[in-house]
Amino acid sequence: MSAGTSYDDRQYDERLEAFIGRVLNERTPGQDPVNVPMIRHWVEAMEVANPVHLDADAARATGRDDVVAPASMIQAWTMRGYAATVRPQAAAGGFQELIALLDEGGYTSVVATDSEFDFVREVVPGDEISVEEVVDSISPEKATGLGVGRFVTTMKTYRDGAGEVVATQRWRTLRFKPAAKVEPRAERPKPAINLDNAFWFEAARERRLVVQRCTSCESLRHPPGPECPECQSFEWDTVECSGRGTLYSYVVAHHPRHPAFDYPLLIAVVELEEGTRLITNLTGVTPEDVTIGMPLAVQWIDDGPDLTLPVFGPAAPEPTEES
Amino acid sequence: MSLAPTRTPSSVTVGDDLPELAIPLTRTLIVATAIASRDYQDVHHDPGLAVERGSKDVFMNILTSNGLVERYVAEWAGPAARVKKIKIRLGVPNYPGDTMTMSGSVTAVDDRLVTVDVKGINSLGPHATGSVVVELPEDAA
Repeated sequence: MSAGTSYDDRQYDERLEAFIGRVLNERTPGQDPVNVPMIRHWVEAMEVANPVHLDADAARATGRDDVVAPASMIQAWTMRGYAATVRPQAAAGGFQELIALLDEGGYTSVVATDSEFDFVREVVPGDEISVEEVVDSISPEKATGLGVGRFVTTMKTYRDGAGEVVATQRWRTLRFKPAAKVEPRAERPKPAINLDNAFWFEAARERRLVVQRCTSCESLRHPPGPECPECQSFEWDTVECSGRGTLYSYVVAHHPRHPAFDYPLLIAVVELEEGTRLITNLTGVTPEDVTIGMPLAVQWIDDGPDLTLPVFGPAAPEPTEES
Repeated sequence: MSLAPTRTPSSVTVGDDLPELAIPLTRTLIVATAIASRDYQDVHHDPGLAVERGSKDVFMNILTSNGLVERYVAEWAGPAARVKKIKIRLGVPNYPGDTMTMSGSVTAVDDRLVTVDVKGINSLGPHATGSVVVELPEDAA
């Protein structure tokens, strides 16, 4: 049983942190300048109907000087091509050093998770595009659906022949320790469903979060029960919840372990927007990152063929109406 | 050929929904778009090697996800619109035989810059979620 972080772990973290701000891939030119045949291939395969990529008259009618490449194609201009993919040359540099260090930490698998392009200007046939990649951040180890891993965020800067930036791309990959093949997961202990609470589990199977409402005094109550604790009425209906709430309280369970759950297990009391509280699990967040009051949003998990349950994860920031 | 019209800032409102677009994910589409984006990773065109590497089949590459998100919003906006940002989070893979349904809605209008939130969902769940910012031409005086 080791608690806390060992000297070796801290040293490994520091070696990773040393990569932040480092150039992973020096500025590398694409194999060919931006050209119409490659644009045509892209536009046809993607079934792009917009004529400004191939028809110069249409492009001029929209205020452009000539045809323009699709914006997202910027990455394609700097792809290494077929030969370098199937017969890669031995290379040495920041990228190879970082991959070696991640391999050493056991993070041998990779999956891309996010891409964020900002386009400065449209690129046109004849542009000679190059790309440079710099490390932006490397996350602490996180538990993910694929296994524990670290998110590596880099910034790719695309420039034209004059060295002017035409686009940037924030690029995030998860470098993870592949989980060993696992047996089908054990199912959770089943809730006792009865006439008084069946409506709640039936709604959950349809991925609807509901709260019971007294139709006499309109107060909401949870967990479900036959009688209103406020006015003793037996008449009730339900209201649909927004699925948003905040963290009211939580515990981190380490033992005893049940094979249906991942540990450390976050058991939370979530205060729903509607006002009632719900005991549930947190997902997509580690105990270190949990804070009381954090905004949460419902997600649904299927546990066996007959049970669907709400769990809560960090809410994406809501767009504000005022701005 | 007459050019399709382009939307202008006064013609879009926060909350406007884009018409849904269902994209059949044929094997040909997945392979052709990978090659068109110069991505020769075997998992995007060789089913045998894709399975060997732990995937159930070949799957769409990210450049194509970006390309289809751009296509969806740019065609809604019109030919004179310029794409300023494309931001996506990747979810489940796009495998052959499935259909990805694109949906979107306008979430911000800031002068000529319009933000459209976009989702591309297949039978396994969300493949790509994110947003695109397009710059629209000025309203005619």
